[in-house]
Amino acid sequence: MTDSPETKPDTPNLFRKFLNGTEIDSRLLGMFGALALIWLGFHFYGLIFKGFGAMLTPRNLWNLSVQTSSIGIMATGMVLVIVSRNIDLSVGALVGVTGMTMGILQVDIFPQYLGLGHPMMWVVTAICGILIGTGIGMFHGWLIAYRGIPAFIVTLGGLLVWRGTAFLANNGKTISPLDDNFKLLGGGPYGTIGATGSWIVGVLACIVIVYMLINGRGKRIAHGFPTRPMWGEVTVGGLSCSMVLGSVLLVNSYPWPKGIVKQYAAANDIIVPAEGIFISHGFAIPVLILVTVGILMTVLVNRTRFGRNVFAIGGNPEAAELAGINVKWMTLKIFALMGALAGLAGVVASARLNSATNALGLLDELYVIAAAVIGGTSLAGGIGTIYGAILGALVMQSLQSGMVLIGFDTSIQQIVVGSVLVFAVYLDNLYRKNAK
Amino acid sequence: MSNERTGTPLVEMRDISISFGGIRAVDSVSLDLYPGEVVGLLGHNGAGKSTLIKCLSGAYQADSGDFYVDGQKAAINSPRDSRDLNIETIYQTLALADNLDAASNLFLGREITTKLGFLDDGQMEAETRKIMARLNPNFKKFKEPVSALSGGQRQSVAIARAVYFNARILIMDEPTAALGVHETEMVASLIKELKNQGLGIFLISHDTREMMDLCDRVAVMKNGKLIGNERVEDVTEDDILSMIIMGKNPKAGT
Repeated sequence: MTDSPETKPDTPNLFRKFLNGTEIDSRLLGMFGALALIWLGFHFYGLIFKGFGAMLTPRNLWNLSVQTSSIGIMATGMVLVIVSRNIDLSVGALVGVTGMTMGILQVDIFPQYLGLGHPMMWVVTAICGILIGTGIGMFHGWLIAYRGIPAFIVTLGGLLVWRGTAFLANNGKTISPLDDNFKLLGGGPYGTIGATGSWIVGVLACIVIVYMLINGRGKRIAHGFPTRPMWGEVTVGGLSCSMVLGSVLLVNSYPWPKGIVKQYAAANDIIVPAEGIFISHGFAIPVLILVTVGILMTVLVNRTRFGRNVFAIGGNPEAAELAGINVKWMTLKIFALMGALAGLAGVVASARLNSATNALGLLDELYVIAAAVIGGTSLAGGIGTIYGAILGALVMQSLQSGMVLIGFDTSIQQIVVGSVLVFAVYLDNLYRKNAK
Repeated sequence: MSNERTGTPLVEMRDISISFGGIRAVDSVSLDLYPGEVVGLLGHNGAGKSTLIKCLSGAYQADSGDFYVDGQKAAINSPRDSRDLNIETIYQTLALADNLDAASNLFLGREITTKLGFLDDGQMEAETRKIMARLNPNFKKFKEPVSALSGGQRQSVAIARAVYFNARILIMDEPTAALGVHETEMVASLIKELKNQGLGIFLISHDTREMMDLCDRVAVMKNGKLIGNERVEDVTEDDILSMIIMGKNPKAGT
């Protein structure tokens, strides 16, 4: 900027005008920028040094979306935990113990009562997994809130206890394969909603976005509050809708592999022509689960008393108590919710592998915390967003997957991910200082 | 009716005691408050004023002693109990959640919700704008977290929170500590206005002259004990100062 003095007074003004008019959070913009940088960087690195850019292909981005799901689901809950000045180190172990229990339930126990391959098996199993997660979370929350043991210690203990329990539950043996319907929850070619389904979801999402913009504007006018300029509303709506429709186009341009098409054709008596059939994946079911969780959690955080009170506790626990908020009970509920989400992540993670292993979710707690923190959640409490955490999970996963694509060793991956985490928090500090 | 002190007191505290680690922070203090009356609490730092008041607001639980509201015995075990009795408190620390905006702080723990149970932020902001227009017309930062506000602005948010919910008993712990001259005058006129509406007010301050001006009665504490409880007309500023410093009530002997 220093070597182009004539544009200097102009550019920041235009940019600021854009931010003010659209009311887009500059942090959100920064995260998209980081994501774009990672994607383009790995893509062109591959293109230049390996002769093939694998990053920005429908296949890789689709896989990325599926890989992000289980961390993303848990990161939304971790936001609430960290915002309320707590931490949960046990979520990875919870994925392991719920995944393992669900494996035992659907392979060893439920078939005895429901019969093998019962159509409701996946629902019953998933509900059991989520309930177990909730129960363990409640227990952690009770120890923290009502017995005064620091969250760090309770969940550090939980990390070991539940990982050990996951091992003991089936003597360390892996359970595989899982129920046919259950496994759809983890994605895979069959665990998708196809081209038509994806278009329906995309168009519905656009309708909702437009409705919310109009509704929000109407409410602001009704109360006499300042509104966004019309161009701002149109820009926000246009950007959001094109992102939704763009992702529909993306997932629909990733076809089923030939083998799956052949299998599917044989099962449905379809004759495959010589050039093959193009069957789109469409959105993967775990991604839709993540999006649904993201929306519900955003509503919970922004639109309910529960969410508001969580942030009040994080901002000033004493003030929250004096305002009549039952901080202990809230803490218990926050950990119960975290446990439920870890149970759901256990469903997605075990379904994706089509097996329950005692190593399921190993080190996930670190990725989940990193995702929340990269997404702008402050460890000092009181600050954080759901969309930030999901984007943070996507950033982490993009880094990881990008490094796998260009063939970095695991050790180098760890070094990079660790450094990025520290650097991201440093950048965040700078951002906050400037914002003040 | 206001200054007559007839009928049932709004609040009566009887023999309130509370100890922290063997130190009697409040030692069997009895104090009452009538509708339309302002009672000033005076004393050195650590005399037990704030602690006594926190027992009434539910922040602390008294070890012994009873509270009577409108002549009825009342159990105050939590801030919520106190609020249910229409007792509102402005704490010395203001007790604001710094990361939330003015409206969220004003309605903290008592959020307005829509029929579906979701937060009605528009309504809350509109109500906040209304009350702030009355208390502090210069207040414009409705969207910013209160950490971005000046001391005076923060104080006005805390005052708005106490006044908004139709309190009958108001506790103000050094409400003017962070304020400039002009804002202090505004608080003084607010106190007079609320008093005329029939509220009972406990006021804590170090400014003896201000207290003489605003209060109907002054109660002086030292080392957890109530030293004197006198009508303002009956004492001089020097009497009050000697109670604060010496811990003796010159009126008591006569």
